[in-house]
Amino acid sequence: MTATARSTSSRNTMDATRAATEPRLSVEQVSYAYSPNPQQAPIFTLEATSFHAKAGEVTAILGPNASGKSTLLQIISGALHPLSGRVLLNGFVTHDLEPRARGQRIAMVQQESQLLFPSKAWEFVMQGRHPYGRSLRFETDDDVLIAKNALAQVGAEHLSDRWMDQISGGEKQRVILARALAQQPLLLLLDEPTLHLDIGAQVDLLETLRRLAVENRYTVVIVTHELNLVGEYADQVVLLQRGKCLRVGAPASVYQRDLLEQVFQTQLTVELGSTGRPRVSILPGSGS
Amino acid sequence: MRPLTLSRLLLQCVILGAILFCVMVLALKFGAVHVSLYGLGRDLLRVFLGKSTEISSEYSLILNIRLPRILLGVLVGASLSVAGTSFQALLRNPLADPYVLGVSNGAAVGAILALLLEPHLALTPEIASVFTPLGGFLGAAIAITAVYFLGRREGRIDSSTLLLGGVITASLLSAIIILLLTTMPSSNVRGMAYWLMGELSAVPSRPLGWVLRLGFLAAAAVIYTTASDLNLLLSGEKEAMHLGVDVRRVRLIVYIAASALTGLAVAMSGSIGYVGLLVPHVMRMIFGSDHRILIPASAFGGAIVLVMADTLARTVAAPAELPVGAITAIAGAPLFIYLLRRKLA
Repeated sequence: MTATARSTSSRNTMDATRAATEPRLSVEQVSYAYSPNPQQAPIFTLEATSFHAKAGEVTAILGPNASGKSTLLQIISGALHPLSGRVLLNGFVTHDLEPRARGQRIAMVQQESQLLFPSKAWEFVMQGRHPYGRSLRFETDDDVLIAKNALAQVGAEHLSDRWMDQISGGEKQRVILARALAQQPLLLLLDEPTLHLDIGAQVDLLETLRRLAVENRYTVVIVTHELNLVGEYADQVVLLQRGKCLRVGAPASVYQRDLLEQVFQTQLTVELGSTGRPRVSILPGSGS
Repeated sequence: MRPLTLSRLLLQCVILGAILFCVMVLALKFGAVHVSLYGLGRDLLRVFLGKSTEISSEYSLILNIRLPRILLGVLVGASLSVAGTSFQALLRNPLADPYVLGVSNGAAVGAILALLLEPHLALTPEIASVFTPLGGFLGAAIAITAVYFLGRREGRIDSSTLLLGGVITASLLSAIIILLLTTMPSSNVRGMAYWLMGELSAVPSRPLGWVLRLGFLAAAAVIYTTASDLNLLLSGEKEAMHLGVDVRRVRLIVYIAASALTGLAVAMSGSIGYVGLLVPHVMRMIFGSDHRILIPASAFGGAIVLVMADTLARTVAAPAELPVGAITAIAGAPLFIYLLRRKLA
């Protein structure tokens, strides 16, 4: 048995009660309302949203700014309590999980990762092993092996001994992803991971996510603005507008010209690319 | 990839402990009365062997007067430095020090009020001797409780709100200190001025010394149990939460324990500046920012620095004594500027 398999075995036996064929992630009628002051009417609401995702699937949450994408992702991660509904991961309600148990099942890659004091890349990746250790525990050989594997999986072994504040944005994003992999999660959540990346690095990241989803059997949920990357790499799209879930389905079924034009308030065309996936092109000078 | 191991941690602590021991022995040697290292070693050994009666009177004086003061310096220095490390992580602010949230000003107000009240109360000598430190500790406790409630947002501690609440509370309290000082009899003002600057000459009586020691050990141990959580908190509250840290619990624990450390230190010695700000930074440069090593390293480092500073305070203008807080500030401010420029370069 490999080190990786050994350290996840206890969790897997717990979670294996669910049949593998059932959806691993179930977002069931989840809604949310935010008001800065309890006496006032909410300034933002997310209406009941539902979707399901299996292991190995990549789901993308799409929508214009302030449509509730990040809020939905936070609810899925269990960090935010929904107003109604629930999110099930292998049958467990995510926001009822203990912090440690949650950290063993759900990994989140945030938009920005600000470091107050610099650390080496391997130290950063090692943080992903925190949910598996007691507070005063020192990292074991298994942890080192898992962290090394995580760096290798994102092609960042050579960054191991570099300082986090001295590597490029694309390299940093890979190390952050490696930390999430070191958590050995079932569910991998990413909030606009392509934000500061050039197009080459964006494609690279999505290719990596696609591969990891299949190889490691992750359920991946990604929030992004990149319509074409989503069209190319996602299995499922959740389309939001002003807190309303408009459509859930395969990219080809969601990418309807009328629908996207109405949601993004601009004129565009949708056609099938050479890969058989939908491609979106903007029509210049048509923004309203 | 070389993660921290228990043996490396212990080795580093042993080295720091050895340095502290050497500094303490030198601090015992230097002072208004000169003693030889040989005689000091001989008599220290006798104390350890339980033959205190065989000690020559000269050395017995040294051991009875200098040693308790050095031990107080060790505890206060370690407390301030561990509290500073904790506040820097808790507030995610490298400029935080133990006093940033107004703990020291709270303690000062408490101590001044105790000094003003003391003559009007019929106190037994035992209570009178601990009355000022007690006032200081109570003042500190009230200040941090007030700041805690100011710093809460939607039922939990918010770093920036806490910091602002602390700064405001500190400035309000320092205005109260000025008001109280101007109404004080002049004989008390000089003592108070020393106390505000910080000094180690008031060695606590035996029971109080034990309170200080046990308090330090308990609070430092509690903080140490959150060491690896603090590492993650440095990357941000949300990040830490997604990596399995119970952020609310860790914040509360560290806030209370670090405040208690500061309160104890200030109640014993006034507000000695810069130790809690600079020692954590220097230790971070040497040992890295892993709190599992940083917290014990800061404890040793703070003790070493304060014992050295107090030895200077006792000897530079002997037989007169300078407030040790003035020494740490005079040495600390240029060092801080140097570190700042180095970081910018």
